[in-house]
Amino acid sequence: MAIAVRNLTKLYGAEKAVNDISFDVKTGEILGFLGPNGAGKTTTMKIITCYMPPTSGMVEVEGLNIAEHSFEVRKKIGYLPEMNPLYLDMNVVEYLEYSARLHGLSNELLRSRLKEMIDVCGIAEVRHKDIGELSKGFRQRVGLAQAMIHDPEVLILDEPTSGLDPNQIVEIRNLIRQLGRAKTVVLSTHILSEVQATCDRVIIINEGTIVADGTLEQLQQDFRGSEKISLELKASTTNAMTSMYPKLKEILHVESVEYSGQEGDVHKFSILTQKGFDIREEIFRRAVSEGWVLMEMSRKATSLEEVFHKLTTAETASDKQ
Amino acid sequence: MKFSIKEVPMHLGKFSNVGTIFKKELRSYFNSAVAYVVIVVFLAVVGWLYTSSMFLINVASLRLMFEWIPLVFLFVVPAVTMRLLAEEKKAGTIELLTTKPLHDWEIIAGKFLAAWALIGFALLPTLIYYITIAFLGDIDNGPVIGGYLGLLLMAGVYVAIGLLASSLTENQIVAFIVALLLMFTFFMMDKVLIFVPDFMTSVVEYLGIDFHFSNIARGVIDSRDVVYFGSMLGFTLYLSVVSLERRKW
Repeated sequence: MAIAVRNLTKLYGAEKAVNDISFDVKTGEILGFLGPNGAGKTTTMKIITCYMPPTSGMVEVEGLNIAEHSFEVRKKIGYLPEMNPLYLDMNVVEYLEYSARLHGLSNELLRSRLKEMIDVCGIAEVRHKDIGELSKGFRQRVGLAQAMIHDPEVLILDEPTSGLDPNQIVEIRNLIRQLGRAKTVVLSTHILSEVQATCDRVIIINEGTIVADGTLEQLQQDFRGSEKISLELKASTTNAMTSMYPKLKEILHVESVEYSGQEGDVHKFSILTQKGFDIREEIFRRAVSEGWVLMEMSRKATSLEEVFHKLTTAETASDKQ
Repeated sequence: MKFSIKEVPMHLGKFSNVGTIFKKELRSYFNSAVAYVVIVVFLAVVGWLYTSSMFLINVASLRLMFEWIPLVFLFVVPAVTMRLLAEEKKAGTIELLTTKPLHDWEIIAGKFLAAWALIGFALLPTLIYYITIAFLGDIDNGPVIGGYLGLLLMAGVYVAIGLLASSLTENQIVAFIVALLLMFTFFMMDKVLIFVPDFMTSVVEYLGIDFHFSNIARGVIDSRDVVYFGSMLGFTLYLSVVSLERRKW
């Protein structure tokens, strides 16, 4: 287990930023830490990286307790804080050397690691420029290079793609995936597609508590709600509400049917199914047996976005009650 | 205008982290205009204040210069120290620095030494005035050596105070003003004794930094003064370390 978090709680004054959360990160895994702004992602990361201690609870990194072996833990972690802070007046090589020295790299090792990081992160062309002159994309690469200069086992990246343009986002994601092959990575984001694009597993956190934990498929499965089917049927009837509506309604696993008008002979319905059932086949058969012509049928499954939305807003609503 | 300090040994063993931070801070002073501005302004202001009064008394002595420099320090030192921690807090780089395998005292020590060294650099050109005076007339070297030693010790305490002020805020202007006020307080203590109740005069006088500086600047090195500078320095740096650790509270 690369990281083990147990009953972690952090209070800021009376406010609970993180409330009794526990999770594990397996070695080699890329874990997405997903949640709206202010959910407690950054606080959790700051605790794991030994920036500040928790109010209560325990964290182990590679089997070492952060409270007892803070120095060893810090050597094993590469950290990219939120907003990617950098020394703008230093040039890229100077800055990477500085970081490497503070990690206690010997001159020899420093030189080879520096070369490797400049290669891997694609910053060869800007290596003698001041960081303040670089574009955001390059700055992000420098931030990642800095986090990895000492070849840490664990990478903690706090919103690594925020503020980048779409092309840069793709580049940085690819870089993270590439780097993540050999490392344990925890990255936080409030953008769902980021998790879909880079992570093996996702933890959704809201208001300081974990509301979901699993692979993307699992989550989609677990939180699949009722599906909505839009239907257009052609039938020569003047009163669809009496002739068609009940026949649709009696199909197994139909939750509700809504009639939304007609255009000529084409009648439009939208059908809500019960949770976890696919009734499209039944609808087709019913149409055939009733002599309706099926003009259109489309299904809208619960997307991860809706799962995320549901998880992170339902909690808030129940809290307020 | 790149400044290279490659000659400084890379690994000073136990203090290599302090050395790394020291080099980085000093380099950033010289890479930005800060170092040059401080050195030039310092030299110009001291030169003007000194020479404009020197010919009035017509004595071959640096005594007046040693009276003016502590006043110039009050403004120059906060300007040098204000960015040390406030800038890192504002930019968020403090988070990177404190999650490296470093002790907090190493950060404080490296930054303190860099700013102190810069003030030392700024003092160097004032030796021109010494050389000039030495040509003009007989000069007593005792007070000169004492004066420079006193200035260095005083600068050390001021830099430590400035660093403490910088650790309290992420706003550099606030850091400047807090540092200036604290330094001014210690500077004025031995000058306001008539307003102080009798039983407290000796304590307040002992706390005044200019009192100890004048003692050393006379060319007399007394252990009382050395103890004063040492304990002020130690205590203020300790407070800075505590202040940096505040994030953990």
